[in-house]
Amino acid sequence: MTTVRGIRTRRGRVPHPAPRTPTVRAHAVRTHAWFTPWLLVAPAVLFLLAFNLWPTANAFFLAFTNVRVLSGGELVGFANFERMLSDAQLATALVNSIVYMLVCVPFLLLAPLGLAVLVEKKLPGIAFFRTAFYTPVVASAVVVALIWGWLLDDRGIINAMALNLGFITDAVPFLTDRWLVLFSAISLTVWKGLGYYMVIYLSALGGVPRELHEAAAVDGAGALRRFWSITIPGVRNTMLLVSVMITVSALRVFAELYILTNGTGGVGGADVSVVMLIQMYARGFSGNLGYASALSLLLFVITLGPLLVIARINRGRD
Amino acid sequence: MEVMSGTVTSGTVTSRTGSRGFATPSTREVVLRYALLVVVLFITLGPFLWQLSTSLKGAGEDIYTANPSFLPSSPTFDNYVKAFQTVPILGFAGNSIVVAGIVVLGNIVGATMAGYALARLRFRGVRLVLGAILLTMLLPGEATIVAQYLTIRQLGLADTLLGVALPGAIGMLNVLLMRTAFAAIPKELDEAAIVDGANAWQRLLHVGVPNVLGMLAVIAIFSFIGAWDDFLWPLIVLTTPNKFTLTVGLEYLSGTFTNNPRVVAAGTMIAFIPIVVFFAALQRYFFRGVDEGAIKG
Repeated sequence: MTTVRGIRTRRGRVPHPAPRTPTVRAHAVRTHAWFTPWLLVAPAVLFLLAFNLWPTANAFFLAFTNVRVLSGGELVGFANFERMLSDAQLATALVNSIVYMLVCVPFLLLAPLGLAVLVEKKLPGIAFFRTAFYTPVVASAVVVALIWGWLLDDRGIINAMALNLGFITDAVPFLTDRWLVLFSAISLTVWKGLGYYMVIYLSALGGVPRELHEAAAVDGAGALRRFWSITIPGVRNTMLLVSVMITVSALRVFAELYILTNGTGGVGGADVSVVMLIQMYARGFSGNLGYASALSLLLFVITLGPLLVIARINRGRD
Repeated sequence: MEVMSGTVTSGTVTSRTGSRGFATPSTREVVLRYALLVVVLFITLGPFLWQLSTSLKGAGEDIYTANPSFLPSSPTFDNYVKAFQTVPILGFAGNSIVVAGIVVLGNIVGATMAGYALARLRFRGVRLVLGAILLTMLLPGEATIVAQYLTIRQLGLADTLLGVALPGAIGMLNVLLMRTAFAAIPKELDEAAIVDGANAWQRLLHVGVPNVLGMLAVIAIFSFIGAWDDFLWPLIVLTTPNKFTLTVGLEYLSGTFTNNPRVVAAGTMIAFIPIVVFFAALQRYFFRGVDEGAIKG
């Protein structure tokens, strides 16, 4: 705080204040009218109630009804949850989500850290590289999925090149095989996430003391050794945070799979994500909002654990 | 900005400059680093450039050959014209701008007001509001999306752009970010302003806002990108094709043109180029925030 020399305001620089009356608080100066804070928070609180708390409460209620898009419904008890038990599509979706998560986590946990170390050093032109690596994050998942759909097409560049080089004799059905389409979507998610987690790691690397690296270098530790013994322990908490974030976002994947499968939900109706099922039941031909809500609650319960971990880490860092 | 570096990160700044000697890399390391950077550049930008190339290839050029050329033999904008003719893509872009505009404005104003009150004003209920906001961090948007849709429909906003924009118009995460930014301003400034007779609104405008411009920029950038890129929510809310946002419209375009990758490629470029220009123009605010530790994830 002592380094503050002045603060810029609209009216120019105000010198660092030496309070004219040192006992301001003792006089209990009225700093604001009682209703001012409430006026300031009113819009946010309104949105909090209307678009966060109320929908949440309503989601719990809807899950026990058979409300449809165009007609009201009635309470049906646990019927929606019983239906889940025998829902083969849901089972497929859950299996897919778990595979998605298990493959995404290791890749997105490590590759972006390497990238962050790579762009950390302020070489000439590094701003360009940082921005370029972040570009896939900025692009919409729809745009990215359409681009990858063309790359991975039966007659797309990847198959064409592999055929040309003699690696394969027939085009690889990246988008029409039940498992390959899932792994195609995963590689897309990993590619799109590289820059995002790179930036989070970059921020964390700033907190790893330079002196440790210097001391280790003096002691003769090479770059790899320093990465292993200093960088990784230094960003361990961030790695935990990142792995939880990857887990949650893998469970919420939608646009990538939706676009890569042309909105069909996968080969032979093998629906590929829980979120996709929610969308299908909420807005699709059946319009069963009750069952869709029950599915959302399931998603909520699955992601709650990881999100609690995030909340805990964030609190620790404040 | 001098203020921010002076208050928040003065410690790290000095330690960084102090160790410049150590940080000077050898020539071999520099070459290796640039080589790796170029490889990653190829991986991250390659697909976009390939899509751009496809979008510029004329109908006469075989895009399915075993040996496709990277540069179009005779570049043409025909595919863009075709995309414009088939679907109202300019209208889609306009819809996306309307939605993103509402979301950015709402977040800038709403999060600033609430963040200021929560950080700098004492009042009963501050803990209650804060607790409720933190609670919402545990709700992934998809978990309430069905109920959200019902709310929007009950408000008579189904199939409207306002209905798409409204739920995200004041993000609770942004309120928390603004609160953190306001909390970093030294107390003495407020006290001096109080002595000068400034009321809460004047302090917010003349002491608060000028000191949180960096965070405001980050919030504006991300609200815009988030609204521009969102797909699931507009897909659920909108049903009339001429109200579609760009992402939903793109899916519509690709459904119509699945057999012509050139036109689909042109469509993706129309959606992609504005956002990438927008981000490139503002990226220094974003990465400055990263360097100052504003982005925690």
